[in-house]
Amino acid sequence: MSGLGPALLNSLEMGLLLFVIAVGLNIVFGVLNIINFAHGALYMLGAYLAYTLMSLAGLSFWVALIIAPLGVAVIAVVIDRLMLRFIYHRDVADSLLLTFAILLIIAESIRSIFGSNIQAVYPPDALQGTVSLLGGSYPVYSLFVIFSGLVILAGLWYLFNRTRVGKIMRAAALDRDMAEALCINTRMVVTGVFAFGAWLAGVGGVIAAPMRTIDPGMGDKIIIESFIVVVIGGLGSFPGALLGALILGAIYGFGGRYFPEFNLLLPFLGMALVLLFKPTGLMGKGANA
Amino acid sequence: MKQNILLGVLLVAIALLIALPWYAPFFYIFIFTEILILGLFAVSFNLIFGYTGMLSFGHAAYFGMGAYTTAMLLLHQDWPFVYTLFAAMALSGLLALVIGFLCVRLSEVYFAMLTLAFGMMVFTIAHSWRDVTNGSDGIAGFRIKEFGLGLDLTIGNPAVYYHVTLVVVGIAALILYIISRSSFGMILKAIRQNPERVSFCGLNIRSYRLASFTIGGIFAGLAGALIAPFLRVASPELMHWSMSAEPVLMSILGGTGYFLGPFVGAAMFVLLETWITSFTESWMLFLGIVLALMVMFFRKGVLGTFLDWWMNKND
Repeated sequence: MSGLGPALLNSLEMGLLLFVIAVGLNIVFGVLNIINFAHGALYMLGAYLAYTLMSLAGLSFWVALIIAPLGVAVIAVVIDRLMLRFIYHRDVADSLLLTFAILLIIAESIRSIFGSNIQAVYPPDALQGTVSLLGGSYPVYSLFVIFSGLVILAGLWYLFNRTRVGKIMRAAALDRDMAEALCINTRMVVTGVFAFGAWLAGVGGVIAAPMRTIDPGMGDKIIIESFIVVVIGGLGSFPGALLGALILGAIYGFGGRYFPEFNLLLPFLGMALVLLFKPTGLMGKGANA
Repeated sequence: MKQNILLGVLLVAIALLIALPWYAPFFYIFIFTEILILGLFAVSFNLIFGYTGMLSFGHAAYFGMGAYTTAMLLLHQDWPFVYTLFAAMALSGLLALVIGFLCVRLSEVYFAMLTLAFGMMVFTIAHSWRDVTNGSDGIAGFRIKEFGLGLDLTIGNPAVYYHVTLVVVGIAALILYIISRSSFGMILKAIRQNPERVSFCGLNIRSYRLASFTIGGIFAGLAGALIAPFLRVASPELMHWSMSAEPVLMSILGGTGYFLGPFVGAAMFVLLETWITSFTESWMLFLGIVLALMVMFFRKGVLGTFLDWWMNKND
């Protein structure tokens, strides 16, 4: 069957991009116990910052890849200190409401600054063109996306399993009071983790910018996709985020090839199936109400 | 005593609403039709959120479903208007039942994520299935030929449509009020406060949550069925997540703890919208800022804060 190779590479490309976004959502949920509805908006912010730096300020893609996610992280620190700190001790509904409000604020600010039109940025010269691989020609930039996803995956694994910072984050996720008793400044951990999740969303946004379109609807699309990923994989589970992202990537890569007319519905059907048979997600530990 | 004063205020407000077309400028007939419809939408949302404690971010799916049902039945089948309302309630309720079945099984966080995701699924279908829904243009060009029930009303007249809306919303609000005060409604409140204890009493929480979600969907569908002839179009925007944000904000604005809170919130919302969009386009941005401030500092809402203060005040 021709085209199997490119479908596989497309799946991997989509899957690893989705992993970078969804794992940020998951890490924030693990430590802060809130689902950040504005995560997709932060991703969009990363893409628009990259667009501003590249198209308007004339900087290179590589500079944007460093600066834009840091900018998103700084904004996340401001959001955390100005808004989220009021509701950490409250009912979970309040954190959902507040991050939803932040989503509205970011999405509408972007719409009113940049307008509703589609913007485009181009990959750097080194990553333009195609290579022939696995029986098809394939854009170099897509290989770069896969490579970046793997680097982040390895980096996160190292961070959580081999470094002191990662251990502190895991301790804060397991038992915040206990961590505090061990002289860990959990308030700083909370702010740091929220900023780190936003940084990941920003990195995803910059990487996605040359390959997907930049428009004010891109945040909606990615947050729904991230939700599907964490529901399929299991909320709060690191391997779950990877598995869910690869499954959704495969749904796009192969489903788009063989059932193009159902392409938009397939992810939701996959999510519904998981909910019917394993409501806590494939790698979830059980969060039944 | 205070109860009687409140009842009096309510009756005066209802009388003023009935008489509105005879004293208010023409423009306000439109404003108040919109307030009534969105108020019903918000009250149906608050049954799920304020009473049962489930935060739905996809409530616009059922609102839009109602709007599309009415618009398509009027356009293709020439049904009498009243019958399309029932059809809209039935189909929206069915949609809420199916989606709710998948969403009420897990914790509150999952519920919020899933309702948003499935809401956007419905939006995507309405947006992409051009053969049936006419894509982003939506269903337009329908007319109400017959009102139904043997009544001969000229619906095209805004004052008449206002009164039709007032009667329909009034009946729906009364039904929802009776539901909220029934033993069923009390169980919903108990589930919000302490689900474990309710299930220790031998009640199946999941069925009650699903019932609440479906009833909310049915009445959101009714509100949607009323908005389609008002806007003269049923478009995918009615199903978008930003539309789902509106009943959330209205409920928070008015107060989730009182039955009429969302109606008060809807009135403030529409009046603010009219005022703010007269000098800026960024209405949704303003909405986000207000929602954030209300959640952070003013969680009981305007009506809730006022009533709590007034009821506890010493005479």
